[in-house]
Amino acid sequence: MARAREDFPILTDSMNDQPLVFLDSAASSQKPRQVLDAIEHYYEHTHANVHRGVYDLSQRATETFEQARKTMATYVNAYDEHEIIWVRGCTEGINLVASSYGQRLQKGDEILVSHMEHHSNIVPWQMLCERSGAELRVIPVTDAGELNLEAYRELLNERTRIVSVVHVSNALGTINPVAEITRLAHGQDAVVLIDGAQAAPHQEVDVQSIGCDFYAFSGHKMCGPTGQGVLWGRRSILESMPPYHGGGEMIERVSFSGTTYNTVPFKFEAGTPNIAGAVGLGAAADYLASLGLPAIEAFETELLNYATKQMSSIDGLRVVGTAANKHSVLSFLVADTHPYDIGTLLDKQGVAVRTGHHCCQPLMEHYGIPGTVRASFAFYNNHEDVDRLVAATQRAVRMLR
Amino acid sequence: MTIQERQQEIVEEFGLFDDWMDKYEHIIELGKSLPLIDSQHKNDEHLIRGCQSQVWLHAEPVEDRLQFTADSDAIITKGLISLMVRVLDKQPARDIATANLNFIDNIGLHDHLSPTRSNGLRSMVRQMKLYGVAQAAKQDFSSHG
Repeated sequence: MARAREDFPILTDSMNDQPLVFLDSAASSQKPRQVLDAIEHYYEHTHANVHRGVYDLSQRATETFEQARKTMATYVNAYDEHEIIWVRGCTEGINLVASSYGQRLQKGDEILVSHMEHHSNIVPWQMLCERSGAELRVIPVTDAGELNLEAYRELLNERTRIVSVVHVSNALGTINPVAEITRLAHGQDAVVLIDGAQAAPHQEVDVQSIGCDFYAFSGHKMCGPTGQGVLWGRRSILESMPPYHGGGEMIERVSFSGTTYNTVPFKFEAGTPNIAGAVGLGAAADYLASLGLPAIEAFETELLNYATKQMSSIDGLRVVGTAANKHSVLSFLVADTHPYDIGTLLDKQGVAVRTGHHCCQPLMEHYGIPGTVRASFAFYNNHEDVDRLVAATQRAVRMLR
Repeated sequence: MTIQERQQEIVEEFGLFDDWMDKYEHIIELGKSLPLIDSQHKNDEHLIRGCQSQVWLHAEPVEDRLQFTADSDAIITKGLISLMVRVLDKQPARDIATANLNFIDNIGLHDHLSPTRSNGLRSMVRQMKLYGVAQAAKQDFSSHG
Protein backbone atom coordinates (compact mmCIF):
# COMPACT_ATOMS: atom_id res chain seq x y z
CA MET A 1 0.00 0.00 0.00
CA ALA A 2 2.88 2.37 0.75
CA ARG A 3 3.96 2.13 -2.91
CA ALA A 4 0.52 3.24 -4.13
CA ARG A 5 1.41 6.83 -3.24
CA GLU A 6 3.87 6.82 -6.14
CA ASP A 7 0.95 6.32 -8.57
CA PHE A 8 -0.30 9.86 -7.83
CA PRO A 9 1.71 12.51 -9.70
CA ILE A 10 0.16 15.46 -7.83
CA LEU A 11 1.43 14.21 -4.47
CA THR A 12 4.99 15.19 -5.35
CA ASP A 13 3.87 18.80 -5.96
CA SER A 14 4.13 21.58 -3.44
CA MET A 15 1.64 24.09 -2.06
CA ASN A 16 2.73 27.49 -0.71
CA ASP A 17 6.37 26.39 -1.15
CA GLN A 18 5.89 23.35 1.10
CA PRO A 19 5.58 19.71 0.03
CA LEU A 20 1.85 19.11 -0.37
CA VAL A 21 0.07 17.19 2.37
CA PHE A 22 -3.33 16.43 0.84
CA LEU A 23 -5.95 15.71 3.50
CA ASP A 24 -9.12 16.60 1.63
CA SER A 25 -9.92 13.34 -0.14
CA ALA A 26 -13.47 13.32 1.23
CA ALA A 27 -14.11 16.39 -0.94
CA SER A 28 -12.37 14.87 -3.95
CA SER A 29 -9.65 12.27 -4.23
CA GLN A 30 -6.50 12.60 -6.28
CA LYS A 31 -6.04 10.58 -9.47
CA PRO A 32 -3.51 7.81 -10.11
CA ARG A 33 -1.46 7.57 -13.29
CA GLN A 34 -3.52 4.48 -14.29
CA VAL A 35 -6.72 6.56 -14.53
CA LEU A 36 -5.04 9.46 -16.32
CA ASP A 37 -3.54 7.00 -18.81
CA ALA A 38 -6.87 5.27 -19.45
CA ILE A 39 -8.55 8.60 -20.28
CA GLU A 40 -5.68 9.70 -22.50
CA HIS A 41 -5.58 6.34 -24.28
CA TYR A 42 -9.31 6.48 -24.84
CA TYR A 43 -9.13 9.90 -26.51
CA GLU A 44 -6.02 9.01 -28.50
CA HIS A 45 -7.17 5.66 -29.85
CA THR A 46 -10.82 4.82 -29.13
CA HIS A 47 -13.03 7.90 -29.17
CA ALA A 48 -16.21 8.11 -31.23
CA ASN A 49 -19.83 8.51 -30.19
CA VAL A 50 -21.29 5.39 -28.63
CA HIS A 51 -24.34 3.30 -29.58
CA ARG A 52 -24.49 5.15 -32.92
CA GLY A 53 -21.98 4.28 -35.57
CA VAL A 54 -21.69 1.28 -37.88
CA TYR A 55 -17.94 1.72 -38.15
CA ASP A 56 -15.30 -0.13 -36.20
CA LEU A 57 -14.12 2.82 -34.08
CA SER A 58 -17.62 3.56 -32.80
CA GLN A 59 -18.08 -0.12 -32.01
CA ARG A 60 -14.88 -0.15 -29.99
CA ALA A 61 -15.85 3.05 -28.16
CA THR A 62 -19.21 1.45 -27.29
CA GLU A 63 -17.54 -1.74 -26.08
CA THR A 64 -15.08 0.22 -23.92
CA PHE A 65 -17.93 2.31 -22.51
CA GLU A 66 -20.11 -0.71 -21.77
CA GLN A 67 -17.15 -2.59 -20.29
CA ALA A 68 -16.82 0.23 -17.75
CA ARG A 69 -20.48 -0.29 -16.85
CA LYS A 70 -19.76 -3.99 -16.22
CA THR A 71 -16.79 -3.02 -14.07
CA MET A 72 -19.00 -0.81 -11.91
CA ALA A 73 -21.63 -3.56 -11.68
CA THR A 74 -18.95 -5.86 -10.28
CA TYR A 75 -17.66 -3.09 -8.01
CA VAL A 76 -20.98 -2.85 -6.13
CA ASN A 77 -22.01 -6.48 -6.72
CA ALA A 78 -25.07 -5.54 -8.79
CA TYR A 79 -27.31 -8.31 -10.12
CA ASP A 80 -26.44 -7.23 -13.67
CA GLU A 81 -24.85 -4.31 -15.49
CA HIS A 82 -28.18 -2.92 -16.72
CA GLU A 83 -28.78 -1.71 -13.20
CA ILE A 84 -25.86 0.73 -13.49
CA ILE A 85 -27.02 4.17 -14.61
CA TRP A 86 -24.35 6.69 -15.49
CA VAL A 87 -24.94 10.04 -13.81
CA ARG A 88 -22.77 13.09 -13.23
CA GLY A 89 -22.26 12.21 -9.59
CA CYS A 90 -23.98 11.17 -6.40
CA THR A 91 -26.01 14.39 -6.37
CA GLU A 92 -27.50 13.70 -9.77
CA GLY A 93 -28.21 10.10 -8.77
CA ILE A 94 -30.30 11.26 -5.82
CA ASN A 95 -32.03 13.91 -7.94
CA LEU A 96 -32.88 11.30 -10.57
CA VAL A 97 -34.63 9.12 -7.99
CA ALA A 98 -36.39 12.11 -6.38
CA SER A 99 -37.58 13.36 -9.78
CA SER A 100 -38.54 10.06 -11.34
CA TYR A 101 -39.49 7.65 -8.58
CA GLY A 102 -40.79 10.66 -6.65
CA GLN A 103 -43.61 11.19 -9.16
CA ARG A 104 -45.63 8.51 -7.43
CA LEU A 105 -45.58 10.32 -4.07
CA GLN A 106 -48.54 12.34 -2.89
CA LYS A 107 -49.84 14.30 0.06
CA GLY A 108 -49.74 12.26 3.23
CA ASP A 109 -46.65 10.29 2.19
CA GLU A 110 -43.47 10.60 4.22
CA ILE A 111 -39.79 10.64 3.32
CA LEU A 112 -37.14 9.90 5.93
CA VAL A 113 -33.61 11.26 5.90
CA SER A 114 -31.15 11.63 8.76
CA HIS A 115 -29.80 14.69 10.52
CA MET A 116 -26.28 13.92 9.27
CA GLU A 117 -27.12 14.10 5.55
CA HIS A 118 -25.18 16.15 3.05
CA HIS A 119 -27.29 18.91 1.48
CA SER A 120 -27.45 16.76 -1.66
CA ASN A 121 -29.50 14.20 0.26
CA ILE A 122 -31.80 16.81 1.81
CA VAL A 123 -32.64 19.41 -0.82
CA PRO A 124 -33.85 17.06 -3.63
CA TRP A 125 -36.33 15.59 -1.12
CA GLN A 126 -37.44 19.02 0.07
CA MET A 127 -38.09 19.91 -3.57
CA LEU A 128 -40.06 16.69 -4.00
CA CYS A 129 -42.09 17.50 -0.88
CA GLU A 130 -42.93 20.93 -2.33
CA ARG A 131 -44.14 19.30 -5.55
CA SER A 132 -46.01 16.39 -4.04
CA GLY A 133 -47.18 17.56 -0.64
CA ALA A 134 -45.24 14.72 1.01
CA GLU A 135 -43.55 15.36 4.35
CA LEU A 136 -39.82 15.17 5.10
CA ARG A 137 -38.98 13.69 8.49
CA VAL A 138 -35.58 13.53 10.13
CA ILE A 139 -33.83 10.70 11.99
CA PRO A 140 -31.93 12.25 14.92
CA VAL A 141 -28.22 11.83 15.57
CA THR A 142 -26.58 11.10 18.93
CA ASP A 143 -23.82 13.26 20.43
CA ALA A 144 -21.22 10.75 19.27
CA GLY A 145 -22.53 11.17 15.72
CA GLU A 146 -24.42 7.91 15.32
CA LEU A 147 -27.96 7.50 14.07
CA ASN A 148 -30.53 7.07 16.80
CA LEU A 149 -31.98 3.77 15.61
CA GLU A 150 -34.61 3.69 18.29
CA ALA A 151 -35.99 7.01 17.05
CA TYR A 152 -35.74 5.72 13.47
CA ARG A 153 -37.93 2.74 14.33
CA GLU A 154 -40.52 5.10 15.79
CA LEU A 155 -40.44 7.42 12.77
CA LEU A 156 -41.06 4.54 10.36
CA ASN A 157 -44.70 3.89 9.63
CA GLU A 158 -47.05 2.84 6.85
CA ARG A 159 -46.88 6.36 5.32
CA THR A 160 -43.08 6.15 4.89
CA ARG A 161 -42.44 5.77 1.16
CA ILE A 162 -38.73 6.56 0.86
CA VAL A 163 -35.84 6.26 3.31
CA SER A 164 -32.67 8.00 2.11
CA VAL A 165 -29.63 7.73 4.34
CA VAL A 166 -25.91 8.23 4.00
CA HIS A 167 -23.68 5.14 4.20
CA VAL A 168 -20.66 7.04 5.58
CA SER A 169 -20.96 10.63 6.86
CA ASN A 170 -18.73 13.12 5.03
CA ALA A 171 -18.57 15.45 8.04
CA LEU A 172 -18.14 12.91 10.85
CA GLY A 173 -16.90 9.70 9.23
CA THR A 174 -19.65 7.61 10.88
CA ILE A 175 -20.40 4.31 9.15
CA ASN A 176 -24.15 3.73 9.36
CA PRO A 177 -25.71 0.25 9.67
CA VAL A 178 -27.31 0.49 6.23
CA ALA A 179 -28.35 -3.18 6.00
CA GLU A 180 -30.36 -2.88 9.21
CA ILE A 181 -31.78 0.49 8.18
CA THR A 182 -32.91 -1.11 4.91
CA ARG A 183 -34.41 -4.17 6.57
CA LEU A 184 -36.50 -1.99 8.89
CA ALA A 185 -37.67 0.26 6.02
CA HIS A 186 -38.66 -2.73 3.91
CA GLY A 187 -40.79 -3.86 6.84
CA GLN A 188 -42.96 -0.82 6.01
CA ASP A 189 -42.65 -1.32 2.23
CA ALA A 190 -40.59 1.87 1.87
CA VAL A 191 -37.87 1.99 -0.78
CA VAL A 192 -34.35 2.73 0.39
CA LEU A 193 -31.71 4.92 -1.20
CA ILE A 194 -28.19 4.84 0.20
CA ASP A 195 -25.84 7.77 -0.45
CA GLY A 196 -22.56 5.92 -0.89
CA ALA A 197 -20.32 8.85 -1.85
CA GLN A 198 -18.01 8.38 1.14
CA ALA A 199 -18.26 4.59 1.30
CA ALA A 200 -17.43 3.56 -2.26
CA PRO A 201 -13.80 4.82 -2.03
CA HIS A 202 -13.06 3.13 1.29
CA GLN A 203 -14.67 -0.30 1.54
CA GLU A 204 -16.25 -3.13 -0.39
CA VAL A 205 -19.80 -2.20 -1.34
CA ASP A 206 -22.31 -5.02 -1.83
CA VAL A 207 -25.76 -3.76 -2.77
CA GLN A 208 -27.15 -7.28 -2.58
CA SER A 209 -26.11 -7.81 1.01
CA ILE A 210 -27.22 -4.29 2.00
CA GLY A 211 -30.54 -5.08 0.34
CA CYS A 212 -31.27 -1.45 -0.60
CA ASP A 213 -33.14 -0.31 -3.71
CA PHE A 214 -30.85 2.50 -4.88
CA TYR A 215 -27.18 3.20 -4.22
CA ALA A 216 -25.62 6.43 -5.49
CA PHE A 217 -21.97 7.47 -5.54
CA SER A 218 -19.51 9.80 -7.25
CA GLY A 219 -16.50 8.74 -9.29
CA HIS A 220 -14.29 11.68 -8.40
CA LYS A 221 -14.13 10.70 -4.74
CA MET A 222 -12.83 7.22 -5.66
CA CYS A 223 -9.89 8.17 -7.89
CA GLY A 224 -12.05 8.65 -11.00
CA PRO A 225 -12.55 11.83 -13.03
CA THR A 226 -15.01 14.58 -12.05
CA GLY A 227 -18.43 14.64 -13.69
CA GLN A 228 -19.06 10.90 -13.62
CA GLY A 229 -20.91 8.86 -11.04
CA VAL A 230 -23.18 5.89 -10.68
CA LEU A 231 -26.74 5.29 -9.63
CA TRP A 232 -27.36 1.62 -9.01
CA GLY A 233 -31.02 0.69 -8.87
CA ARG A 234 -32.98 -2.52 -8.51
CA ARG A 235 -34.03 -3.41 -12.04
CA SER A 236 -37.71 -4.03 -11.38
CA ILE A 237 -38.00 -0.60 -9.76
CA LEU A 238 -35.99 1.15 -12.47
CA GLU A 239 -38.27 -0.36 -15.11
CA SER A 240 -41.34 0.97 -13.33
CA MET A 241 -39.94 4.52 -13.21
CA PRO A 242 -40.67 7.26 -15.78
CA PRO A 243 -37.73 8.81 -17.68
CA TYR A 244 -35.71 11.60 -16.08
CA HIS A 245 -34.33 13.68 -18.98
CA GLY A 246 -35.61 13.50 -22.54
CA GLY A 247 -33.43 13.40 -25.63
CA GLY A 248 -31.48 11.07 -27.84
CA GLU A 249 -30.39 7.61 -26.67
CA MET A 250 -33.22 7.33 -24.13
CA ILE A 251 -35.87 6.62 -26.78
CA GLU A 252 -37.01 3.55 -28.65
CA ARG A 253 -38.95 5.39 -31.32
CA VAL A 254 -39.85 9.07 -31.67
CA SER A 255 -42.81 10.42 -33.61
CA PHE A 256 -45.01 13.45 -33.16
CA SER A 257 -47.92 11.18 -32.39
CA GLY A 258 -46.01 9.72 -29.44
CA THR A 259 -42.63 8.46 -28.32
CA THR A 260 -41.68 5.16 -26.75
CA TYR A 261 -38.70 4.82 -24.45
CA ASN A 262 -35.58 2.73 -24.48
CA THR A 263 -34.95 0.00 -21.92
CA VAL A 264 -33.07 0.36 -18.63
CA PRO A 265 -30.47 1.83 -18.17
CA PHE A 266 -30.57 3.80 -21.46
CA LYS A 267 -34.00 5.21 -20.63
CA PHE A 268 -32.24 7.34 -18.01
CA GLU A 269 -29.25 8.37 -20.12
CA ALA A 270 -30.45 11.05 -22.52
CA GLY A 271 -27.84 12.60 -24.82
CA THR A 272 -24.26 11.67 -25.50
CA PRO A 273 -22.88 10.37 -22.22
CA ASN A 274 -19.60 11.32 -20.55
CA ILE A 275 -17.80 8.45 -22.28
CA ALA A 276 -14.30 9.36 -21.17
CA GLY A 277 -15.65 9.84 -17.64
CA ALA A 278 -17.06 6.32 -17.65
CA VAL A 279 -13.78 4.94 -19.01
CA GLY A 280 -11.84 6.81 -16.31
CA LEU A 281 -14.18 5.64 -13.56
CA GLY A 282 -13.93 2.05 -14.78
CA ALA A 283 -10.14 2.36 -14.64
CA ALA A 284 -10.39 3.80 -11.12
CA ALA A 285 -12.54 0.90 -9.95
CA ASP A 286 -10.07 -1.56 -11.50
CA TYR A 287 -7.23 0.25 -9.78
CA LEU A 288 -8.89 0.15 -6.34
CA ALA A 289 -9.80 -3.50 -6.83
CA SER A 290 -6.19 -4.31 -7.73
CA LEU A 291 -5.04 -2.78 -4.42
CA GLY A 292 -7.88 -4.65 -2.72
CA LEU A 293 -10.69 -2.82 -0.93
CA PRO A 294 -10.20 -4.81 2.32
CA ALA A 295 -6.51 -3.86 2.30
CA ILE A 296 -7.40 -0.21 1.64
CA GLU A 297 -9.90 -0.26 4.48
CA ALA A 298 -7.43 -1.82 6.93
CA PHE A 299 -4.69 0.65 5.98
CA GLU A 300 -6.97 3.67 6.28
CA THR A 301 -8.43 2.53 9.60
CA GLU A 302 -4.94 2.27 11.07
CA LEU A 303 -4.11 5.72 9.68
CA LEU A 304 -7.28 7.27 11.12
CA ASN A 305 -6.58 5.73 14.52
CA TYR A 306 -3.03 7.06 14.45
CA ALA A 307 -4.23 10.53 13.44
CA THR A 308 -6.95 10.57 16.11
CA LYS A 309 -4.45 9.59 18.78
CA GLN A 310 -1.79 12.12 17.72
CA MET A 311 -4.20 15.01 17.24
CA SER A 312 -5.90 14.34 20.58
CA SER A 313 -2.62 15.25 22.29
CA ILE A 314 -3.17 18.88 21.21
CA ASP A 315 -4.42 20.92 24.15
CA GLY A 316 -8.08 21.88 23.73
CA LEU A 317 -8.66 19.76 20.63
CA ARG A 318 -12.06 18.13 20.43
CA VAL A 319 -12.93 15.50 17.86
CA VAL A 320 -16.40 16.01 16.38
CA GLY A 321 -17.82 12.61 15.51
CA THR A 322 -16.71 9.80 17.79
CA ALA A 323 -18.79 6.93 16.45
CA ALA A 324 -17.56 3.40 17.12
CA ASN A 325 -17.32 2.70 13.38
CA LYS A 326 -15.68 5.39 11.26
CA HIS A 327 -13.97 5.81 7.91
CA SER A 328 -11.15 8.19 7.08
CA VAL A 329 -12.57 11.44 8.45
CA LEU A 330 -11.18 13.41 11.39
CA SER A 331 -13.35 16.45 12.08
CA PHE A 332 -12.16 18.64 14.91
CA LEU A 333 -12.32 21.96 16.72
CA VAL A 334 -9.70 23.56 18.92
CA ALA A 335 -10.89 25.58 21.91
CA ASP A 336 -10.71 29.38 21.43
CA THR A 337 -9.95 29.12 17.71
CA HIS A 338 -12.11 29.33 14.59
CA PRO A 339 -11.95 26.59 11.92
CA TYR A 340 -11.28 29.20 9.21
CA ASP A 341 -8.21 30.46 11.05
CA ILE A 342 -6.80 26.97 11.55
CA GLY A 343 -7.48 26.06 7.90
CA THR A 344 -5.80 29.23 6.62
CA LEU A 345 -2.67 28.63 8.70
CA LEU A 346 -2.52 24.96 7.71
CA ASP A 347 -2.74 26.01 4.05
CA LYS A 348 0.28 28.27 4.45
CA GLN A 349 2.17 25.30 5.89
CA GLY A 350 1.33 23.10 2.89
CA VAL A 351 -1.48 21.12 4.54
CA ALA A 352 -4.77 20.96 2.61
CA VAL A 353 -7.84 20.46 4.80
CA ARG A 354 -11.44 21.49 4.48
CA THR A 355 -13.04 23.94 6.91
CA GLY A 356 -16.64 24.99 7.39
CA HIS A 357 -19.95 23.18 7.49
CA HIS A 358 -19.08 20.54 4.84
CA CYS A 359 -22.48 21.01 3.19
CA CYS A 360 -24.09 19.70 6.38
CA GLN A 361 -25.56 22.85 7.90
CA PRO A 362 -28.34 21.04 9.81
CA LEU A 363 -25.72 18.79 11.42
CA MET A 364 -23.54 21.75 12.46
CA GLU A 365 -26.64 23.43 13.86
CA HIS A 366 -27.36 20.26 15.83
CA TYR A 367 -23.92 20.48 17.45
CA GLY A 368 -24.21 24.26 17.84
CA ILE A 369 -20.90 24.88 16.04
CA PRO A 370 -20.02 27.09 13.04
CA GLY A 371 -18.22 24.23 11.36
CA THR A 372 -15.16 22.08 11.84
CA VAL A 373 -11.70 21.56 10.46
CA ARG A 374 -11.82 18.28 8.57
CA ALA A 375 -8.80 16.19 7.72
CA SER A 376 -9.80 13.27 5.51
CA PHE A 377 -7.52 10.43 4.53
CA ALA A 378 -6.97 8.04 1.68
CA PHE A 379 -4.66 5.05 1.18
CA TYR A 380 -2.11 7.37 -0.47
CA ASN A 381 -1.59 9.24 2.79
CA ASN A 382 0.88 8.06 5.42
CA HIS A 383 2.09 8.64 8.97
CA GLU A 384 4.35 11.43 7.78
CA ASP A 385 1.28 13.32 6.48
CA VAL A 386 -0.35 12.92 9.89
CA ASP A 387 2.80 14.13 11.65
CA ARG A 388 2.88 17.21 9.41
CA LEU A 389 -0.80 17.85 10.22
CA VAL A 390 -0.12 17.60 13.95
CA ALA A 391 2.91 19.92 13.82
CA ALA A 392 1.12 22.45 11.60
CA THR A 393 -1.97 22.46 13.83
CA GLN A 394 0.17 22.92 16.93
CA ARG A 395 1.91 25.91 15.36
CA ALA A 396 -1.41 27.40 14.22
CA VAL A 397 -2.91 27.04 17.68
CA ARG A 398 0.13 28.68 19.28
CA MET A 399 -0.29 31.65 16.94
CA LEU A 400 -4.02 31.97 17.46
CA ARG A 401 -4.17 31.84 21.23
CA MET B 1 -3.22 60.57 5.13
CA THR B 2 -5.22 59.79 2.03
CA ILE B 3 -6.55 56.33 1.24
CA GLN B 4 -3.69 55.82 -1.21
CA GLU B 5 -1.06 56.88 1.33
CA ARG B 6 -2.47 54.55 3.94
CA GLN B 7 -2.42 51.68 1.48
CA GLN B 8 1.21 52.44 0.66
CA GLU B 9 2.06 52.40 4.35
CA ILE B 10 0.54 48.93 4.77
CA VAL B 11 2.37 47.58 1.71
CA GLU B 12 5.68 48.81 3.17
CA GLU B 13 4.85 47.36 6.56
CA PHE B 14 4.14 43.93 5.08
CA GLY B 15 7.30 44.16 2.99
CA LEU B 16 9.24 43.67 6.23
CA PHE B 17 8.07 40.06 6.51
CA ASP B 18 9.61 37.49 4.24
CA ASP B 19 7.70 34.50 5.58
CA TRP B 20 3.97 33.82 5.20
CA MET B 21 3.61 32.71 8.78
CA ASP B 22 5.14 35.98 9.97
CA LYS B 23 2.65 37.91 7.83
CA TYR B 24 -0.18 35.97 9.43
CA GLU B 25 1.26 36.49 12.88
CA HIS B 26 1.00 40.21 12.12
CA ILE B 27 -2.55 39.90 10.77
CA ILE B 28 -3.61 38.07 13.92
CA GLU B 29 -2.12 40.87 16.04
CA LEU B 30 -3.99 43.45 13.95
CA GLY B 31 -7.18 41.46 14.48
CA LYS B 32 -6.85 42.00 18.20
CA SER B 33 -6.69 45.80 17.71
CA LEU B 34 -9.77 46.11 15.48
CA PRO B 35 -12.13 48.88 16.67
CA LEU B 36 -14.94 46.58 17.80
CA ILE B 37 -18.53 47.13 16.84
CA ASP B 38 -20.69 48.21 19.75
CA SER B 39 -22.65 45.26 21.13
CA GLN B 40 -25.97 47.03 20.36
CA HIS B 41 -25.05 46.93 16.64
CA LYS B 42 -23.79 43.34 16.65
CA ASN B 43 -27.06 42.03 15.29
CA ASP B 44 -28.51 40.50 12.12
CA GLU B 45 -28.97 43.94 10.58
CA HIS B 46 -25.20 44.48 10.58
CA LEU B 47 -24.28 40.88 9.81
CA ILE B 48 -22.55 39.94 6.58
CA ARG B 49 -22.90 36.20 6.32
CA GLY B 50 -20.03 34.25 4.78
CA CYS B 51 -19.88 30.53 4.30
CA GLN B 52 -16.66 30.25 6.32
CA SER B 53 -16.73 33.16 8.72
CA GLN B 54 -19.08 35.99 9.57
CA VAL B 55 -18.58 39.73 9.71
CA TRP B 56 -20.45 42.49 11.49
CA LEU B 57 -19.95 46.01 10.18
CA HIS B 58 -21.22 49.38 11.35
CA ALA B 59 -20.63 52.78 9.73
CA GLU B 60 -21.14 56.03 11.65
CA PRO B 61 -21.23 59.34 9.74
CA VAL B 62 -18.96 61.97 11.28
CA GLU B 63 -19.44 65.16 9.24
CA ASP B 64 -18.58 64.24 5.64
CA ARG B 65 -16.62 61.20 6.74
CA LEU B 66 -17.42 57.66 7.86
CA GLN B 67 -16.18 55.91 10.94
CA PHE B 68 -16.19 52.10 10.85
CA THR B 69 -16.43 49.52 13.61
CA ALA B 70 -16.64 45.78 12.96
CA ASP B 71 -16.14 42.27 14.27
CA SER B 72 -15.78 38.71 13.04
CA ASP B 73 -15.86 35.25 14.57
CA ALA B 74 -12.52 34.38 12.91
CA ILE B 75 -9.39 36.23 14.00
CA ILE B 76 -7.68 36.23 10.57
CA THR B 77 -10.82 37.71 9.03
CA LYS B 78 -10.74 40.26 11.85
CA GLY B 79 -7.14 41.12 11.01
CA LEU B 80 -8.03 41.69 7.39
CA ILE B 81 -11.03 43.82 8.38
CA SER B 82 -8.72 45.81 10.58
CA LEU B 83 -6.57 46.59 7.52
CA MET B 84 -9.63 47.68 5.54
CA VAL B 85 -10.82 49.86 8.39
CA ARG B 86 -7.36 51.39 8.76
CA VAL B 87 -7.42 52.40 5.09
CA LEU B 88 -11.00 53.71 4.92
CA ASP B 89 -11.76 54.91 8.43
CA LYS B 90 -12.64 58.62 8.75
CA GLN B 91 -12.00 59.18 5.04
CA PRO B 92 -14.33 61.38 2.98
CA ALA B 93 -17.42 59.37 1.97
CA ARG B 94 -16.83 60.20 -1.69
CA ASP B 95 -13.28 58.79 -1.56
CA ILE B 96 -14.51 55.63 0.16
CA ALA B 97 -17.12 55.12 -2.56
CA THR B 98 -14.51 55.24 -5.33
CA ALA B 99 -11.52 53.72 -3.52
CA ASN B 100 -9.33 51.32 -5.45
CA LEU B 101 -8.19 48.90 -2.75
CA ASN B 102 -5.12 47.49 -4.46
CA PHE B 103 -3.08 47.00 -1.28
CA ILE B 104 -4.63 43.58 -0.66
CA ASP B 105 -3.22 42.44 -4.00
CA ASN B 106 0.11 44.06 -3.29
CA ILE B 107 0.63 42.24 -0.02
CA GLY B 108 -0.37 38.91 -1.56
CA LEU B 109 -3.66 38.45 0.29
CA HIS B 110 -5.91 38.64 -2.73
CA ASP B 111 -7.18 35.09 -2.26
CA HIS B 112 -8.96 36.13 0.93
CA LEU B 113 -11.15 38.38 -1.20
CA SER B 114 -11.96 35.73 -3.78
CA PRO B 115 -15.62 34.75 -4.01
CA THR B 116 -14.77 31.10 -3.34
CA ARG B 117 -13.32 31.92 0.10
CA SER B 118 -16.71 33.12 1.19
CA ASN B 119 -15.44 34.53 4.47
CA GLY B 120 -17.67 37.62 4.32
CA LEU B 121 -14.75 39.91 3.50
CA ARG B 122 -15.59 40.53 -0.13
CA SER B 123 -19.17 41.46 0.73
CA MET B 124 -17.86 43.63 3.54
CA VAL B 125 -15.71 45.71 1.19
CA ARG B 126 -18.72 46.16 -1.08
CA GLN B 127 -20.79 47.20 1.93
CA MET B 128 -18.20 49.76 3.07
CA LYS B 129 -18.25 51.34 -0.39
CA LEU B 130 -22.05 51.34 -0.44
CA TYR B 131 -22.05 53.23 2.86
CA GLY B 132 -19.68 55.68 1.16
CA VAL B 133 -21.99 56.07 -1.84
CA ALA B 134 -25.06 56.57 0.37
CA GLN B 135 -23.33 59.12 2.59
CA ALA B 136 -21.97 61.06 -0.39
CA ALA B 137 -25.45 61.14 -1.98
CA LYS B 138 -26.94 62.40 1.27
CA GLN B 139 -24.38 65.22 1.38
CA ASP B 140 -25.12 66.15 -2.24
CA PHE B 141 -28.80 66.22 -1.46
CA SER B 142 -28.45 68.47 1.58
CA SER B 143 -26.04 70.88 -0.12
CA HIS B 144 -28.29 71.23 -3.16
CA GLY B 145 -31.55 70.74 -1.33
